[in-house]
Amino acid sequence: MDKIILTTRQLKAFYLLDIHGRQKVVKAVNEVELEILENEIYGIAGESGCGKSTLLKTLAAVVEPPLRQLEGKVIYHINGEEVDVSTLGDEEMRRLRWEFVSYVPQGSMNVLNPVVKLKDTYHDFISSHVKGKSQEETFRMAKAYIAELGLPAEIMGAYPHQLSGGMRQRVTIALATLLRPKIIIADEPTTALDVIVQRGVMQLLKDIQQKLQNTIILVTHDMGVHANVADRIGIMYAGKIVEEAPTEKIFSQPLHPYTQFLINSLPKFGDKTPRQSVPGSPPSLADLPTGCPFHPRCPQVLDICKEQMPAYIAAAADHKVACWLVEEENGQAA
Amino acid sequence: MDKLLEVKNLTKVFSLGSISSRIRITATDDVSFYIKPAEIFTLAGESGCGKTTTAKMILGFEEPTAGAIIHKGKLRTKKEKVWFTEGIQAIFQDPFGTFNPLRTVDRYFFETIQNFKLAGNKKTAVELIDRKLKAVGLSYEEFAGKYPNEFSGGQLQRISIARSLLTDPTLLIADEPVSMVDASLRMSIVNLFKKLKEEFGMSVLYITHDLATAYYVSDRIAIMFRGNIVEMGTVEQVLMQPRHPYTQMLRDSIPEADPRRRWRGRVNLNETEREEYLKQGCRYAGRCPLVMDVCRQEVPADIQVDNVLVKCHNYSEGVIA
Repeated sequence: MDKIILTTRQLKAFYLLDIHGRQKVVKAVNEVELEILENEIYGIAGESGCGKSTLLKTLAAVVEPPLRQLEGKVIYHINGEEVDVSTLGDEEMRRLRWEFVSYVPQGSMNVLNPVVKLKDTYHDFISSHVKGKSQEETFRMAKAYIAELGLPAEIMGAYPHQLSGGMRQRVTIALATLLRPKIIIADEPTTALDVIVQRGVMQLLKDIQQKLQNTIILVTHDMGVHANVADRIGIMYAGKIVEEAPTEKIFSQPLHPYTQFLINSLPKFGDKTPRQSVPGSPPSLADLPTGCPFHPRCPQVLDICKEQMPAYIAAAADHKVACWLVEEENGQAA
Repeated sequence: MDKLLEVKNLTKVFSLGSISSRIRITATDDVSFYIKPAEIFTLAGESGCGKTTTAKMILGFEEPTAGAIIHKGKLRTKKEKVWFTEGIQAIFQDPFGTFNPLRTVDRYFFETIQNFKLAGNKKTAVELIDRKLKAVGLSYEEFAGKYPNEFSGGQLQRISIARSLLTDPTLLIADEPVSMVDASLRMSIVNLFKKLKEEFGMSVLYITHDLATAYYVSDRIAIMFRGNIVEMGTVEQVLMQPRHPYTQMLRDSIPEADPRRRWRGRVNLNETEREEYLKQGCRYAGRCPLVMDVCRQEVPADIQVDNVLVKCHNYSEGVIA
């Protein structure tokens, strides 16, 4: 059986806002249960504003006010030991960062310092995580890694503005994976990039994963990218994972109506039949509907959907879904 | 009329650098195409291929260095500006950037009506706005007096389309209209283009890098690469049997939502945009898998292959493709 590397239990992370004396609670991550394995690419898909990025922040333990982790745990499995992230101090967490878990946030191609050359950025970065290395040693280390990934060596002497967006994105990914982390958390790494460049960036991420045999948690709203690289996919809606299965199953037999909409709304080559968007728009996370959060948009809504959130049903050993329709069918079948 | 809009040999040259080290980038190089009435025409390509520059010249934001823009048989000149804007309207990439966050969106509508003198009084103006909003699936009641932040990206994009419809244009120029909109809501915008074409006989110049939606809505497509149109024809021909090596590459790189058809092979990305723009001969030569000696020296001609225009030496006479 595959080893688990990261678990979350009943994870709840809300933004607690105080606007002119009025309290507002944005339920961005709501009772999320994940078990992510070693050596897999786990994709998280969903519309914007469904809490994907917030989930990644809690997984990477970069929870800063107004975001608070209210309940539940994020557990890293480090060499067979279970470590609850929220109990770690700043210094311990700092040591885990980049060596155990790397976080590539959204728009990370713009994180590079514009006034220093890339080799200095690499030096700053390495020297703050690996003690007792001279500038030359770190430079050699960075250069060897850049060459290993097939990026041109000249970029080390360049300033960020001299590189294209796709190249900057690849440089940042190289930086984030330099210390060979066990988990790479990537938030929309290819949004705003062209298709060919997107393919180059995903190619790099996959190469790194194959080389290091580690885990990538990949967030993107592009189902095409998920179909291409992910091993397993979790579909997120309004702060909850509503369906989770291996990639083939998500695309061949989606069970949740939301997943079905997501997949059927995508245009395909060689097929011009009319396609529809998901009806309506996603709910505000500060004002969620009762029961299943998808029920106002769901065409097959039942009475019970409006009152109660469905529990997870295991449609197969590796396929779980939270939907009353599936419950109903199973009930009738039994 | 056969051609609603015709663009002939459109060229735009930008000069970069200081006086001593000046380089000239030809952002669009001898681009010619036409759009028929009630047709969706797609201009596709990567960023920096000149597709937005082309749109800007049609809209009059940039003066072309050479070439002509002809709308309904009339040449675009500075004098004809108002007449052109009435017939050709545009929507842009970022729906949140289109509207000033401190102004209510309905003010943009009233302003357009005023500028083009489309209504005599407030009542007829509101009726006009309501009719146009209904066409995009919204209504005046749910929109009046609201600020841009009260709408989703998809809604705002539909509002900008409704605003552009006020003048009853014959052509809508849509520059990357869905790239900032969620994938799950893209179809609502793209379906709207279809509806505009079918119900109102409008033409759309759809500028995008998303070939999947381009295939879904458009009738004809032109693929641009570094300022040139490298392939042009019906979407069925260009996207289902791509002929130019660049189109083939582009087509292969689109992540299809089908886990059984994953990417095969690798891409080569090591040349910069500027190097490619300054290249002699075919600008794709540096990345092309079928490159020949002639490609590095001579610019390929536009060749017609089964009614598809292809700009590639592999299709020249005497060379077996």
